[in-house]
Amino acid sequence: MRKLALPALLVSACVLPFLVSDYRVFQLTLVIVHAIALLGLNLLTGYSGQISLGHGAFYAIGAYTAAILIDHFHVPYWATVPLAGIVCLGAGILFGLPAGRLENLYLALATFALGVSLPQILKYRHVEPWTGGVQGVTLTKPEAPLGLPLSRDQWLYYFSLAVMVVLFAGAWNLLRGHTGRAIVAIRDNPIAAAAAGIDVARYKSLTFGVSAMYTGIAGALGGIAVQFVGPDSFSFFLSLRLLCGIVVGGLSTISGAIYGALFIQFVPNIAGDISKAAPLAIYGVLLIAVVYVMPSGIAGAVNDVARRMRAFGRTTEARSSSKHRENQPGRNHA
Amino acid sequence: METLLHQILSGLAAGGIYGSLALALVMIFQATHLVNFAQGELAMCSTYLAWSLIHAGCPYWLAFLATVGISFVAGALIERCVIRPVENKPALAVVLVFIGLMLILNSVAGWIFGYTVKTFPSPFPDHPLFGNTYIGNHELGIIAVMALMVALLYLFFRYTTLGLAMRAAAVNPDSSRLCGIRVGRMLALGWGLAAALGAVAGMLIAPIVFLDPSMMSGVLLYAFAAALLGGIDSPGGAVVGGFLVGVVENVMGAYVIGTELKLTVALILIVGVLVMRPAGLFGKVVVTRV
Amino acid sequence: MPKSSHWTLLVVMTFLALGCSRKEQGSGGDNAKGASLSASTIKIGQTMPYSGPASAYGTIGKLQTAYFKKINEAGGINGKKIEFLTVDDGYSPPKAVEQVRKLVEQDNALAIFQPLGTPSNAAIRKYLNEKKIPQLFAATGASQWNDPANYPYTIGFNINYVDEGRTYGKYIAEKQPTAKIAILYQNDDYGKDYLKGLKDGLGEKAKLIVAEATYEVSDPTVDSQIATLKGSGADTFVNVTTPKFAAQAIRRAYDIGWKPTEYLNNVSASVGSVLTPAGLDKSVGLVTIAYYKDPTDKQWDDDAGMKEWREFMTKEYPEGGLSDGTNVYAYIAAQTLVQVLKQCGDQMTPENVMKQAANLKDFAPALLLPGIKINTGPKDYVLFDQLQLARFDGKSWVPFGQLMSVM
Repeated sequence: MRKLALPALLVSACVLPFLVSDYRVFQLTLVIVHAIALLGLNLLTGYSGQISLGHGAFYAIGAYTAAILIDHFHVPYWATVPLAGIVCLGAGILFGLPAGRLENLYLALATFALGVSLPQILKYRHVEPWTGGVQGVTLTKPEAPLGLPLSRDQWLYYFSLAVMVVLFAGAWNLLRGHTGRAIVAIRDNPIAAAAAGIDVARYKSLTFGVSAMYTGIAGALGGIAVQFVGPDSFSFFLSLRLLCGIVVGGLSTISGAIYGALFIQFVPNIAGDISKAAPLAIYGVLLIAVVYVMPSGIAGAVNDVARRMRAFGRTTEARSSSKHRENQPGRNHA
Repeated sequence: METLLHQILSGLAAGGIYGSLALALVMIFQATHLVNFAQGELAMCSTYLAWSLIHAGCPYWLAFLATVGISFVAGALIERCVIRPVENKPALAVVLVFIGLMLILNSVAGWIFGYTVKTFPSPFPDHPLFGNTYIGNHELGIIAVMALMVALLYLFFRYTTLGLAMRAAAVNPDSSRLCGIRVGRMLALGWGLAAALGAVAGMLIAPIVFLDPSMMSGVLLYAFAAALLGGIDSPGGAVVGGFLVGVVENVMGAYVIGTELKLTVALILIVGVLVMRPAGLFGKVVVTRV
Repeated sequence: MPKSSHWTLLVVMTFLALGCSRKEQGSGGDNAKGASLSASTIKIGQTMPYSGPASAYGTIGKLQTAYFKKINEAGGINGKKIEFLTVDDGYSPPKAVEQVRKLVEQDNALAIFQPLGTPSNAAIRKYLNEKKIPQLFAATGASQWNDPANYPYTIGFNINYVDEGRTYGKYIAEKQPTAKIAILYQNDDYGKDYLKGLKDGLGEKAKLIVAEATYEVSDPTVDSQIATLKGSGADTFVNVTTPKFAAQAIRRAYDIGWKPTEYLNNVSASVGSVLTPAGLDKSVGLVTIAYYKDPTDKQWDDDAGMKEWREFMTKEYPEGGLSDGTNVYAYIAAQTLVQVLKQCGDQMTPENVMKQAANLKDFAPALLLPGIKINTGPKDYVLFDQLQLARFDGKSWVPFGQLMSVM
């Protein structure tokens, strides 16, 4: 029974685009994009304990890489995604090398600085010929290949879904293995980890790199989905949203990335529907409410509920089997 | 030469602005070991409160004192009602609560007061000292008030029992409890003080930058940088950090890199300093026993 | 990831699918031509930054909601009521794209009216032109909305920034041929457009510009920039800033003893919101370009159009600021839409709406300055072809000189 869960999930994810309109498929593609970005941030902040207030910067770098490759060099869209990933891997490692030496609070400031200053750099007039300056770059969504009977939105959804499955599987594998244990060890007790022979600096900057890579790939996919890449899409609010996403979703969990993505995609719309006068106030209230009610995030709450149900099931089972044993003739009582 | 002097002096004046909010940030950190992202918005709300009082006919100094008092109480209340429930949750969860608070305060202020810019009066006389065109009385006033606040804070923390109790509660809450210190009360007190400091900062800043809901968002970034540069646990450091950030930012923008990358350069510089001296310029280097 | 999460996600997705598909059964779904041939209402969509850094402009959407409600109460347009769907995009282009898609594909909007901000408009332009839904009267002054050849379904509204800059440039080139010009501008499309226009208008005199300085919206003050500009020895100052910074700049320049001939961009030319905080005495001699009446300028106190607007504000939109020029702008835009819809008559199709928007002849809402009229044509998507120069005398903006032509 438990083994069916994951395949059933994948099947329904594949069937979903045919049940809903193109606009919803577009929204779901954005959910996938955010989930990938959140997984990236979670790798860094949740599993590795390095707080990042500026991950929007890597998202932006990924998006612009894809945009420049498509617009200036006519690279096909599917190739820009891994290329954006590689660029961000490099950028992340570069940033992670000095940043890994900073303690949490100072790392927060450094990443804050990155997140805030990147839009300014993108608008800088000397890079304008590449980035399009404030007007940004407009992209076209790709058609489904091989004449498949899919709309452009549906094709992009499947493409993103495939990327997401690959990346999530990769992350799961990474975290299960010795790299994952090393990363968590560094988070929990860096000195003990170093004493145990783990190269703390190397792992830290590598984690930064991988995290940036994931978020960069998300940025590239996002840029193609929205068909527009401009500096105002990547303000500090984006970094804040990503942070909210992983905490609400659940730190140090992979499923948390999906819950968080659903939250940051749909809840602002709901908040806007509730109040035109102060939509962010509603959003703020909901954020605080989630933290109060589910401090380990939605994933944490789900696990909690599941655990309690299992325990309840076991108690009921134990009770009924002991009654069963009582009713059997010739049985010894405990 | 004249322009350089202008830049340095306006940098000092801007630094005064950053430093005053940085003081409030340091205050919260010293009391609770948390960085409060909502500090700027709290200060902004206090300033709106003062503005409403003044517009209702209250004389300036009365409104000033009333605002400081009400902000103190409000800060302590927020600690009790909003922060206390999440005290023992993971640090990032608390950060999220701060972010939520920041969004709520900003949004509500905009809703109630609108977004048109409002003027806020300055308690200092208008005509510049000696008729100079370099630095106005208000800017000098900011620097003076800040120096006063730093001195008061220093005396408070160093020489009073209450100050000592607060420091103890922040550094080691469990041992403090064993010594009979009401840790919860100390935390609330810390927040109240920080809110009061923020209110003073807001009322000092508003005459220069004009009062509107986004008044503090730009300042928060620089205040954060100033606090960390000076050492997050050092009030004097926060003030010096503020001045440094202000002057460096101005001079770099005017002479070295041009105004288009001012923000980036200022922040890169700060990060660079932190890489070399992670505890900030005046912070205590913490050595942990393994 | 734990199996419990898999099941939960499955459940969530089922709800999503059911919820979404049920809603879609009612409306027509994705249909390029299907927009609003509905008999009884005229659906107009809008994205507005009700949250985020530009939320000050949210008042535009709120005022227009109140205005269309008033029109509906008076019987609507040609018997039909306006259904005004305005949603928040947080000044974020991806959000704007998402909301516009919802308005077009799910709500079957006839047109998207006054979407605000250059980034959002840039992001939705291609989509709307592909779907042939009008991007009507974009609420931004950027120069790229006048391109009927490539983007026939996009039309701007504001005096665009390049044109305004060009007007200052031409004026300075003519009246102050030996000026030394300094410019302070916001480091984004709005600021850069002015710079471009200024240089354009100056033509070969562009070398008169001796100093340029930028600022970010996140800067607390612009004191440093003003010091730099003064230090350049300039005697003419072109001030391209938003209200808060404009007030700071005007005051600071005066305080440090710099008294240039100052040109202030129209965005910040409000007596109440900018000149009063800056100091009325410090603002004497400022020159700007105007096309609508400033509600804080006492010379319009007895003007019929202004009185009508004030009555509307007090009765229908009391939370709006009476000293906020944005509310005058929003009113004029709403009146223009009503005019376009009236001209459509019975043919409420996106195509016809666009055709009528490009067919406005000498339309002059009462809040426009005397002599200024709205004119559009199939190849001319610029609404305002004339601008009026005005100088501040300590109390009001006094118009002077002839109406300047934008070309």
